[in-house]
Parts: sequence; C-alpha cells; structure tokens
Amino acid sequence: MSDPIGRREVLKRLGVAGALGALAPYGPRSAQAADKLVVGVIYVGPRDDYGYNQAQAQAAAAMKKLPGVSVVEQEKVPETTDVQKTMGSMIEQDGATLLFPTSYGYFDPHMLKMAEKYPKVRFAHCGGLWTDGKHPKNTGSYFGYIDECQYLNGIVAGHTSKSKKLGFIAAKPIPQVLRNINAFTLGARSVDSKITTLLVITGDWALPVKEAEAANSLVDQGVDVLTCHVDSPKVVVETAERRGISVCGYHANQSALAPKGYLTGAEWNWVTPYTIHIQDAIAGKPMVNFMRGGLKEGFVRASGYGKAVVEGARKNADTVKAQMLKGEYVIFKGPLRDNTGKTVIASGTAFKQTEPLLEQMNYLTEGVIGKV
Amino acid sequence: MASGPSGRLRQSAEALAIPVGALGAAMVVFGLVMAALGRSPLEVYELIYQGAFASAFSWQNTLTRAAPLILTALCVALPAQAGLMVIGGEGALVLGGLAAAVVGHLLGGAPPLGVKLAMALAGMLAGAVWIALAGALRQYRGVNETISSLLLGYIAIAVFNHLVEGPLRDPASLNKPSTTPIGDASMVGTLPGLDVHWGLGFGLVFCLVTYVLVKHTTYGFALRIVGGNARAARLAGLPVGAIVLGACVLGGAAAGLAGMVEVAAVHGSANASLIAGYGYAGILVAFIARQNPLAIVPVAVLVGGISASGGMLQRRLDLPDATVLVLQGIAFMLILASETVYGRLKIFRPERA
Amino acid sequence: MTELGWWGVPIAVLGGAVRVSTPFLFVSLGECITEKSGRINLGLEGILVMGAMSGYALSYLTGNPWLGVLGAGAAGLVLGLLHGLVCNLPRVNDIAVGIGLMLFGTGLAFFLGKPYVQPKAPTLPAMPLGGWSASPQVQAALEVNPLFLIGIGLAVALSWAFRNTRWGLIVRMVGDSSDAARAMGYAVPRMRTLCTGVGGFLAGVGGSFLSLYYPGSWSEGLSSGQGLMAVALVIFARWNPMHCFYAALLFGGAGAVGPALQSVGITSGYYLFNAAPYVVTLGIMIATCSPRRTLAGAPGELSINR
Repeated sequence: MSDPIGRREVLKRLGVAGALGALAPYGPRSAQAADKLVVGVIYVGPRDDYGYNQAQAQAAAAMKKLPGVSVVEQEKVPETTDVQKTMGSMIEQDGATLLFPTSYGYFDPHMLKMAEKYPKVRFAHCGGLWTDGKHPKNTGSYFGYIDECQYLNGIVAGHTSKSKKLGFIAAKPIPQVLRNINAFTLGARSVDSKITTLLVITGDWALPVKEAEAANSLVDQGVDVLTCHVDSPKVVVETAERRGISVCGYHANQSALAPKGYLTGAEWNWVTPYTIHIQDAIAGKPMVNFMRGGLKEGFVRASGYGKAVVEGARKNADTVKAQMLKGEYVIFKGPLRDNTGKTVIASGTAFKQTEPLLEQMNYLTEGVIGKV
Repeated sequence: MASGPSGRLRQSAEALAIPVGALGAAMVVFGLVMAALGRSPLEVYELIYQGAFASAFSWQNTLTRAAPLILTALCVALPAQAGLMVIGGEGALVLGGLAAAVVGHLLGGAPPLGVKLAMALAGMLAGAVWIALAGALRQYRGVNETISSLLLGYIAIAVFNHLVEGPLRDPASLNKPSTTPIGDASMVGTLPGLDVHWGLGFGLVFCLVTYVLVKHTTYGFALRIVGGNARAARLAGLPVGAIVLGACVLGGAAAGLAGMVEVAAVHGSANASLIAGYGYAGILVAFIARQNPLAIVPVAVLVGGISASGGMLQRRLDLPDATVLVLQGIAFMLILASETVYGRLKIFRPERA
Repeated sequence: MTELGWWGVPIAVLGGAVRVSTPFLFVSLGECITEKSGRINLGLEGILVMGAMSGYALSYLTGNPWLGVLGAGAAGLVLGLLHGLVCNLPRVNDIAVGIGLMLFGTGLAFFLGKPYVQPKAPTLPAMPLGGWSASPQVQAALEVNPLFLIGIGLAVALSWAFRNTRWGLIVRMVGDSSDAARAMGYAVPRMRTLCTGVGGFLAGVGGSFLSLYYPGSWSEGLSSGQGLMAVALVIFARWNPMHCFYAALLFGGAGAVGPALQSVGITSGYYLFNAAPYVVTLGIMIATCSPRRTLAGAPGELSINR
C-alpha cells in the first residue's frame, strides 16, 4: 500500500530532532483550490489494516492522481456523532462536495442526517441498501458482489482440502457476512459435496487475540483451509501460515503474509465506483444512487493463485471465473437448503446477483456447521 | 489561612491558574514534538484552534463531543466522593441505552413527552442498578469495587451485544444489528438554536445539581465524611452503606442517562455504536476535574475540543489520528503533575499578619 | 489430523491458557511489585501497548526479536520511571497519573507505530514441549514460548524473594508502612520509583509477547484492555506472585472457551461465552471475599485500600 502520510519520514526526523520545523512558513495551508473537486473519505479503522479500510484507502490514493481532484481523509472515526461532525467538518472546513463514508454503520442515521442538512453535497456510501423514495437523491450506496470471489475461494479451497473441513472466522452474523460464508461453502461443495465449513463468530470487527484463538481452535478440529470476514484478516492469515495450513484472503491481498499457504483471495477494487462517482460529480451529472458490481464490472477481483494451488483447482476456478466475467454464472439458485434442512431457494428459482433478497440473507446453507 | 472573601478568591484564582499553566506547558511540549517532526508548531496550534474553537461550527463540534463525557465523568466523580473508585461507567452507559431503547419501543404510541421521560428514567435506573451492584459488593461482600466495576462493565457489554444481536434484534436491521427503532416522535432533538443535542443540557443540569448536593446538603456532608474516613463515619453513627450506595446510584444514573441520550438523540435504537469508549474517557475527565462535578464541564469541553481538532490535523497536515492522543496524554500528565504546585506559589498565598 | 470432537475443548483451553496468559502474567507481576511498594500504576495498559509497538519496531529494524523484547522492556522502564517520579511529587494522585499514562502510552505507541503496522518483523521462536504426544493438536497446544517459562520462573522467584530476601522485606515494608521504612532509614520515594520502573519493564516485555509471538503482529487493536485487566488481576491474586500466575492461566484458558465451543458447533450465545473470563473472575472474588476483613496481603499504603 502507498504511504500517504510519509510516516517513515516522521520517524526519520525524530532522530534528528531539531526545532528547524518551527521556521516553516506560518499559517495553515489554505483549504483547497476553489476550482478543484474536494473529495472526503472517512474510514472506521486504521487505513493500513491489511483489510477493509486499506481497500478503501487504496482507491482514495488512486483518486489523488486524478486531475482536478483533491482528497481529504480521516481514519478511525467511530459510528457516532463523531462521524456526523467529521462529515460536517469536511464540508464546512475543507469545502468537500463529495463524501465517501465507507463504513456500513455511517449510513443510518448519520449520513442521512447530514445529507438532509447539506442537500448540495453528494454522499456515496459503501454497503448500504439505498432505496428509491426512502433515501434522498444526494445520497447513494455502492457495493461489490464479493461473494463471486468467495465462491472462487471456495472452489480452490475445495480442491486443496484433504480433511474436507474448511474454517470460516466471521465477525458478526449479518447478511453481508452470511452471503460470503454461503458462497464460500457452495463453491467448495461444488467440488465435493462432503465438504463442511466450520464457523466461528468472534463478535466484533477487530479482535486480534480472539481471531488467533479461533484460528487455532479450528485447526485443532482438523480444518485445513481457513478464511475469514473480519476487518483485518492479517492475524488469521498469519496464524494459518504458522500452523501450516492453507488460507484464502479477504478485503485486500494478503499473499505476502503467507507465502506458503496463501491460495487466493477475494479483494475489493473500489477504484471503479470511486471513479464513476467523481466523474459524475465533475460533469455535474446526477449521481448513481444504487451502484453494484461484481467481477464483470470491476468492483472486485481475485488475488493471483498461490504456490499451493493445484492445477485442477486453477482450471476449475478459471472456468467459473470466465463465466462470471461474462455475467452468466449464478451462485444462489434453487433448490437450496439451509443447514437446518429448510428450503430457502425453491427449485427452478435462480437469483441473479442484483436480487435485493440476497442482500438480506439470514441463513447458513447446508454444509455450514453453526447457527445464526 | 485562606479565609474570608479575598482568601477564597485567591484559592479560585489558584485553582484556575495552575491547570491553565500546565495546559500551556503541555502545548509548548507538544509544539516541540511537532517541530521535531518537521511541522510548524504555530501552524499546528492554529489548526487546533480552528478545529475546536474558531467558529460556531467548531464550537458545536467540540460541545457535541463533550456532552457524553460530562455524564460518564459523573459516574466516576460521585462514587469518588464516598471514596470509591468506579471504572465501569461504560457498562452502565450501554445498559442504560438498551433499557431506554426497549422502553421507547414498547411505549411507541404514547405521548412523546411521556415516552422521553420514561426512557430517561429507564436508562438512569439501569445504570444506577449496575453501579450500585459494584457498590453493594464492596459494602456487603468486601469485593474491591475497582475490579468488580471493570468486570461488570465487560459483562454488561457482553449481555448488551447478546441481546441486541439476538433476542432483541430488529429483523429489519440488516448489516448493523440494532433493536427496533424508537421512532422519530420519541427522538430528543437539539438544544434550541444549536446543532448540539440535549445530552449537553442534561449533563450541565446533572453537574449543577450534584455539585449543590455534594457541597451544600447534609447528605453531601455525610458523603464526604464517609469518603474521608469510613470508620470514623461509622463511629459517628452514619448509615455508611446507604450513603455509599446513594453515591453509586447517582453516578450510575448519570452514565445510564448518557446511554439514553445516545439512543434517543443520536442513534434511534440501541446498537454496538453505543460502545464508543465514552465510559473510559469519562474516568480521565473525572480525575482531571479532581472529582469536582462543576470542574467536569470545562475539562470535558477541553477533551471534546482536542478530539474535534484531531480531524483538522489529519486532513490538513496528514498527521496520524493518534496525534491528538499524544497531545491529550501530555496535557493530562502535566495537569496531574501540577497538583503538586498548589499552595506553593507565592502570589496565591495570603499575606500573613 | 485425527478427529478431536469434544476433546478439542479442553485442549483449546489448555492451549489458550499457555498462549494467552503470558502478557497477563508479566503485567500482573510487574504491577504486583509496584503495588507491594505501596504505589498503584493503572497505566500499565499504556505501557503494554507501548511495549508491543517498540518490541515489534525494534525486531523489524534489527532483525532480532530478542532485542525487540529488551527494547520493549526499556520503553516500559522509561514510562514506569516517569510514573514513579511524577507520583513522588507531593499531593499527586497515583491512580489519576496512571490513567493519564494509559492514554499517553497508548497514544504515543499508535503515533510512533504507524510505520510498523504493515511490515513483517521476525517473531519469537516457540519451544515444542508436546513432542511426547502423538496428537498434533496437543503438540500445538504445548508449543511454548520461552517468555512463558521465564514468567513462571519469575513468579516463583518473586514469591520467594518477597518472603526471604532483604530486598523483598524492604519493598514490603515500604509498601506497608512508609513511616516504619523511613525510621529504618530507607528512602521511600526512591524505592517506590524503582519498583514502578521494574513494573513498567515487565509490562513492556508482556507487550512484546503480543506483537512478537501471539498473535504475533503489531496493530492498534492488539491489546484492547488486557493491561487494565491484568492490573485488576493483581487485586484478585491478593498481591501474591504465584496467584498472579494462576489468575493469568485461568484468564487465558477461560478466554479460549468461546472459540473452542464454536468450533465444535455450539455457536449460539458466543458473546456470553466470550465473557466467561470476567464472570469466572467476578464469581471467585465474590465467593472468596469477606466484608469483615480487609484483603489479606494488601499493602497498607496502597491508595485503593484506604
């Protein structure tokens, strides 16, 4: 990832501590040149978390290179009045007219409230379910069908696993997470229907010690491929590598953390939605309020295959990926049963990725061991 | 010594001048750190001022951040009057918020004012019970209240999460598990003419009332005796248990009310966003304020101001978000160390006859 | 690997106790020394985080994780001495300064630690003590870090030293009655500063365990209150170093119950299972405390006991 802050610089200068800096010209840098589009990006965690926030920050870094665009960023902003005031500050103090509040919990009530207060500012939210007639037109939500990559992860995991037991470490049992767990499991079971996924829910988005404990427990239960949906997969990936099993990444590319065991990973490519929103704002076009995309649209991508991926897995996954890139592959189709035996998608029904019901998923499919 | 109006004036001047002086020293130290990193201290100061206090917007930003801290600081300062060190305000806050959300939802159709009052009462009650539990364990079982309140705080958060994401979850809350919304009619608005919610008003009133209670009533007098020496208080025939529990109830109620405000003025339902660390920040505010309910207000505003300015430093100077934590840390260490100066500065000493 | 099923739960608890307890152990031993001398340092959370950061950074820069551990200890020593010196000033409240230090240490660690979140530093080696077992799970559970063993040794040594050495007696006397210590001609403030510094050193080392062994990388959410909890455990352990060790084991093991139960399919109520360490600790405290006597072993000069 890029180093936007020049933090290394910070350390270097600590060594030669001098008051030279005091001589720097007085006065704050004037906010931003008036003719530039000022874009504000708000993160819920640290920008360099090897995960959710880093994926967003990578897109923000790319946006800085666009002509006529200037980006202001603020990290570790909690989903409280804090984010309302942060949005307000970017608008009032920096002149931002397009905001990317990137955490799900920013949407309601915080962003909606600010959108009402600042009707001329555009608010592009990540992950929310923008609904026509219910939410203002100066707001919108973008999200990616990352379950496509999770399905591919599952295929590769299914080919790799010898114990036929996969492990999934999840933060919370919410629709976005359940959809990933299910897609991963369906992918694996498309290879071998005997495969099961053991699920551990940690309860929060960033709990390094608990995530490590969960990974160890799963490995002890015979799991030999692990993946996760937490904000920073770093700990899970590293623990898997240490225990000598395979792992699929999430959010960003973690292959550097597990050179032996990293199979592939589901990554966001937020550059696509960011660019669309920024271009629309510059051109003065009305904003796209409901923006979704998968592999085909370039919203998500799969990490390159690791060394441990066998030829059969690679072929199988590439075939499915090619179909996904054409928009022809359907992941969630009937007959589909949940893990209590109830039919959740009737035979003959096939849900396209755009189906809103998929964004309200509240079950675990057959083959997942766990309860929501 | 310090008696009569001029003596009292001198004491007040001293109580003001010493922490302000320490704060000034902290700014100098922080400026040196910034200079060492190649940033212009003057620019940093200017941005802190702009972010926290320079405009109506920044003032409201500061006050909004201060509001919850005033109430959670009382959860530390009031039991402290009785000699208890309670650090579990976070638990009282989340349970207060949860109770308020449940009551607000159940009373949905009732007249809004009634609903709001009921929510406030429910929040305060839940918080009061939780902190009183720590007080009772101390009083009747001899369990150290510092550790029990910390443990109870963690347990409260676990129970809160379990209920919000389990039995009490609104199925319509998709990716952010929450309780059923209390509805717009039951929401508590902003202070007239300001973009700051009513939590600030509640906090100010709570501080004022408890200040009077502690300093100017018989109960407050008894409370301070207990805090000074519980054994002596018992010998004097004071009902120590009831007095201690009373302080815990009041403190817990303050934190519970903070939770209610988060639900009724900000989120509209109870969810994990309530666990924002306000309870822990309140501990610091209370100690800097030397457990004085009135002093809590300016200290909370200071903390709110520093965190409000943090955004400015991040966005304009590309400094890490932790920069304001460093500033706060330096400021608080120096303010706490400055306590040693009290009574030692010549200008504040009355001339002896 | 063979199927473990329910046997996985006790093994996970054992493994969890071994893996997770070390930072608790070091911090609570450090706090034990500090409190024995009559001072309380609530700021060990800040020192723990600072230790985790500086340990990781030094390991990354020098390529030697053991230098990282030492560096973490040194960072802790500096912050501990800072606490000790500030609290020597008359009228300064040690609890309050501790809370200030918690913020200062955490803030400084986050501030300086930004460049080290991404790089991968060399981590501490593990000693395989489970070679006697054929089960890979047991082997994994008994992969022990040398710091864990050092911690046990330290606990034993400290409880012996407090009772049997001149140094231990002086520390206890300073903590029980500063008047008596002063009458004997010992410099109370210096003794306490020293003990706070040593406590800081140990807490810093505990932090380096987090970043250099388990979970084994530096991030801002690494500690999330473990240092504060460890300080509380000292009261629970009644200022007895061996009890600190048991408390740390209990805490680590209880923390592993939640994930272990989920991995065998018990997935509901995970928040409640995850609260197990707190419930167990509180339960034991309620069961073993008595309203009639003050805590046995409590140093008389400690501000929270007055």
